[in-house]
Amino acid sequence: MTPFNTNFGQGRSREGIRPDMNWRELTKAGNIYEPGNANTYETGDWRTIRPIWNKERCINCLICWRYCPDASIISTDGKFDCFDYKHCKGCGICANVCPTHAIDMISEDEIDKQKEASKNEE
Amino acid sequence: MKSKVALTGNEAVAQAMRQINPDVVAAYPITPSTEVVQMFSSFVNNGQVDTEFVAVESEHSAMSATIGASAAGARAMTCTSSQGLAYMFEVVYVAASMRLPIVFPVVNRALSAPINIHCDHSDAMGIKQSGVIQLFSENAQEAYDNMIQAIRIAEHPDVLLPVSVNYDGFITSHALDVLEILDDETVRNFIGEYHPQEALLNTKEKISMGNFDMYDYYFEHKYQQVDAMENAKRVIEEVGKEYAKISGRSYGLIDAYKLDDADLAIVVLNSAAGSAKGVCDELRAKGLKVGVLKPRVFRPFPHEAIVDALKGVKAVAVLDRAETFSTLGGPMFLDVRTSLYDLKADIKVVNYVYGLGGRDLRLEDIEQVYNDLADIVKTGRVDKFVRYLGLRE
Repeated sequence: MTPFNTNFGQGRSREGIRPDMNWRELTKAGNIYEPGNANTYETGDWRTIRPIWNKERCINCLICWRYCPDASIISTDGKFDCFDYKHCKGCGICANVCPTHAIDMISEDEIDKQKEASKNEE
Repeated sequence: MKSKVALTGNEAVAQAMRQINPDVVAAYPITPSTEVVQMFSSFVNNGQVDTEFVAVESEHSAMSATIGASAAGARAMTCTSSQGLAYMFEVVYVAASMRLPIVFPVVNRALSAPINIHCDHSDAMGIKQSGVIQLFSENAQEAYDNMIQAIRIAEHPDVLLPVSVNYDGFITSHALDVLEILDDETVRNFIGEYHPQEALLNTKEKISMGNFDMYDYYFEHKYQQVDAMENAKRVIEEVGKEYAKISGRSYGLIDAYKLDDADLAIVVLNSAAGSAKGVCDELRAKGLKVGVLKPRVFRPFPHEAIVDALKGVKAVAVLDRAETFSTLGGPMFLDVRTSLYDLKADIKVVNYVYGLGGRDLRLEDIEQVYNDLADIVKTGRVDKFVRYLGLRE
């Protein structure tokens, strides 16, 4: 038999995977060897509507924090801190469950347009 | 030590499974494969194996449980036929894509409807693009030998793919055959103790299997499977040579029978190859230059070996025991004809679909095929390149 360690070929990368890796470098069958790696996969660019926090209305009940399916509500010292826009997919669950309507969902297109407009003003 | 015994194909395969002594077998009965699992379950009951036997509620569950066991780190097997394999279909892809070395006999039977329990290869051809290695067996001896070798092929680190061992329903599965069985220790030494590279139950190394892929990774993972299939061709030959040392029987990718100087060749899988060899011998005695090519491996398709074996012939008939309903012929015909295209040789390649639903392939039918090929060579004309052998027209 061919000693297999000389021809191990594909899929032995244990350094985490990146989209610029070729098929030899990627792990066999997409197996994952490091826990917690979902953090490196940024899903924020899937978002078409963006949650915006209204500080005045927020009572820091953190119901949004419990409901967010992507752990994209960041809390500090038991209080609402910010959204993790790198991972927030814009599902709007936080806005829906908020008892004081302290989260508005704004179209990303609208935000882009506003940015564009403010640039032109400058 | 080897012993000569009289066994049916199913008995021989059940004996192979007893000698392999897998950690887990999950299966659901279906004719004509039922006996394999039935006999194996008696081995479990009698304490002749250490296997955890899972009596599941369907073939979909059978393969799913086998996948779970294999991913957990067990040497896991199942067994099925026909509708059972069809019902397994989606999970067969999962077994292959997760790169799990599951060995499972497939006792070839026609697919419904009309419901039919007899032999053809429609079941196996349904999974030919699933990523599973497919070995075919002419008789009980080959079914037994393929089972033992399949373990080594599937578990080879350059392969890591499921292997299905095909043999003809009733013709091979239920007919009594004389064959040589190796002793248990020889088999156990040959297959070795199973040490999976990766296992969900290995608490020392973290792993997550069966993950989600997007367009940025899926394509590469599919290509890894292609690469493994390419490696499998080498590994199958290596394992075959090594198996010859313990059994005296050597196995390659194809079985080329009297092809060296042949003008006319028949390409056929499984038990029909035995009949074709018989007719071939009779015609050879009359001075006709005929031969038989029996692919032992259908997936990966051993196109290099087939082209090499057929490069000198003038006409080839590919016999398919399955339809594709493409109106372009059977599944193996397409592969053989495509393989020969780049030779740019004037080899006429025709197709015969035969034996659907267990229709007998008579020796006269095979002789007719050789006669047709001789006519084609003589006239240089092919009237119909897809024909139906034994069909009432």
